Amino acid sequence: MIEVENLTKRYGNILAVDRVSFRIESGEIVGFLGPNGAGKTTTMRILTGFIPPTTGRAIVADFDVMEKPLEVKRRIGYLPEHPPVYNDMLVSPYLDFVARLKEVDSRERPQEVRRVMDLCGLTEVQNRLIGNLSRGFRQRVGLAQALLGDPEILVLDEPTIGLDPRQIVEIRELIKNLRADHTIILSSHILPEVEMICSRVIIIHEGKIVAEDQTAHLQSTLRNSDRLFVQVGQAGPEALESIRRVPGVISVLPEEKVPGGYRVELEREGQKIREDVARAIVTGGFGLRELKPVGMSLEEVFVQLTTVEGANPEEGGKIS
Amino acid sequence: MKKIQALVTKELGSYFISPVAYVIIFIFLGVSGFLFFQILSYFNLQSIQMMRYPGLLDRLNLNDMVLFPFFHNVVVFFTFLIPVLTMRLLSEEKKLGTGELLFTSPITTTEVVLGKFFAAAAVILVMLLFSFVYPLMILIFGNPDVGPIFTAYLGLFLLGSAAASLGILMSSLTENQVIAVISAWGVLIFLLIIGWAAQSVGPTFGAVLQHLSILEHFQSFSKGIIELKGVVFYLSFIFFTLFLTQRVLDSQSWR
Repeated sequence: MIEVENLTKRYGNILAVDRVSFRIESGEIVGFLGPNGAGKTTTMRILTGFIPPTTGRAIVADFDVMEKPLEVKRRIGYLPEHPPVYNDMLVSPYLDFVARLKEVDSRERPQEVRRVMDLCGLTEVQNRLIGNLSRGFRQRVGLAQALLGDPEILVLDEPTIGLDPRQIVEIRELIKNLRADHTIILSSHILPEVEMICSRVIIIHEGKIVAEDQTAHLQSTLRNSDRLFVQVGQAGPEALESIRRVPGVISVLPEEKVPGGYRVELEREGQKIREDVARAIVTGGFGLRELKPVGMSLEEVFVQLTTVEGANPEEGGKIS
Repeated sequence: MKKIQALVTKELGSYFISPVAYVIIFIFLGVSGFLFFQILSYFNLQSIQMMRYPGLLDRLNLNDMVLFPFFHNVVVFFTFLIPVLTMRLLSEEKKLGTGELLFTSPITTTEVVLGKFFAAAAVILVMLLFSFVYPLMILIFGNPDVGPIFTAYLGLFLLGSAAASLGILMSSLTENQVIAVISAWGVLIFLLIIGWAAQSVGPTFGAVLQHLSILEHFQSFSKGIIELKGVVFYLSFIFFTLFLTQRVLDSQSWR
């Protein structure tokens, strides 16, 4: 369990984290979402006891991070932003060293090192110098290090950064499988990734929590409208007009980069409207080539969140 | 204690996997070998000259004429090599981000500092062990007094450890290794020449400065005397600098 109350961190004049409060129950996977410099890393560093907060309180696994840092550190596995690996060490001695730091029993140590190497796919590189490994492997060594000793809480700062697509899928699977008996907090700036892995999302922007919700609700609540991308064979004012005339369509804009492409804004819950748009194009004889719903990018989520907040200050941007 | 051990093993591994320790030990042995050779050939020359005056042969003494000048000349170079050995110990952790692992592991800053210090002290021991070949030659081919050799080595080890703890302190203050080593040299030079000011500041304060001089205490060790004040000076110097290092590491997270 992680409980954070009014956490604030100042670096000189820069306010990195601003009165952040949240609570994470045991067994949850929570995603920290936010652009670079939003305060994700700072929050994680405070939770792991690497830096203290300026004000506020953080309780991790029933221990106050400020008062009992060692107890907290015993129960946390932490993967920092940059994998904390020594370039002049081999992979398996490095993991053995970290296992010793983490008080893994000396009889279980070889087994434990082998276990995390298997989990992270490092067995083939176990006798290579970490400095000679690729970015992806270094990242995996960093992750393996966090898993050593099977800590109940995992704090992973951008765990899939620098990995190739296949490895990303593997690592996401791995994190999902850890869900059962771990509390996991991970940060990312990739929305779909967080949607895939996490049960809950906390969105941080400029040091503040701007939204916090179950992943499943997030996109639909953020979205006041649905969006389609349509490509037709015979583009022209008539095609545009006939799409616009479909009931439920809010606006149609020609996509500049794609010939015959249109960006169609629909009212919410637009399943039926989508069918109507397709029918209008087909019956009009414009030659339907492509029709797909367009998801929201993180940038758009932020634009949305910040504008929502600006419009309704009393709501404070909290969406639930 | 187990964690200190883990850290020492890891640091020693880094020293001897990378060329750092080899280069430093090689250079130390090379320079001290050259000094030893020079001093010994000068001694030979004098011995041959003395043959003409059998009455003076009694004055020829391996301890006074070879070993004492040898230690005397080697000690400065030795002291200045130590910060090169220690410059990366803490600054690199900061630079590479591995400190984030170290300081989020269940290990106290005191254990970190001690682990780093013991690793450096172990390398110093290896360095001194190898340099023992020179006195060993004297022992094999001559019959010097053994006592002063061992006290000189004890003095070198204490002095080296003091320089190492100073180097670790400087390494904790910056993430730049060059700054770490240069500032350690700066402090060492200051501690070497501080005794010179003794004549100009009056007898009481002068004695204080004399005692602060880091080389001053080595003199008696090289003469074969283990002085309590020397041992206390080096041990308290080590304790004080390591304590400061621990405070620096603790305070760094507060910024």
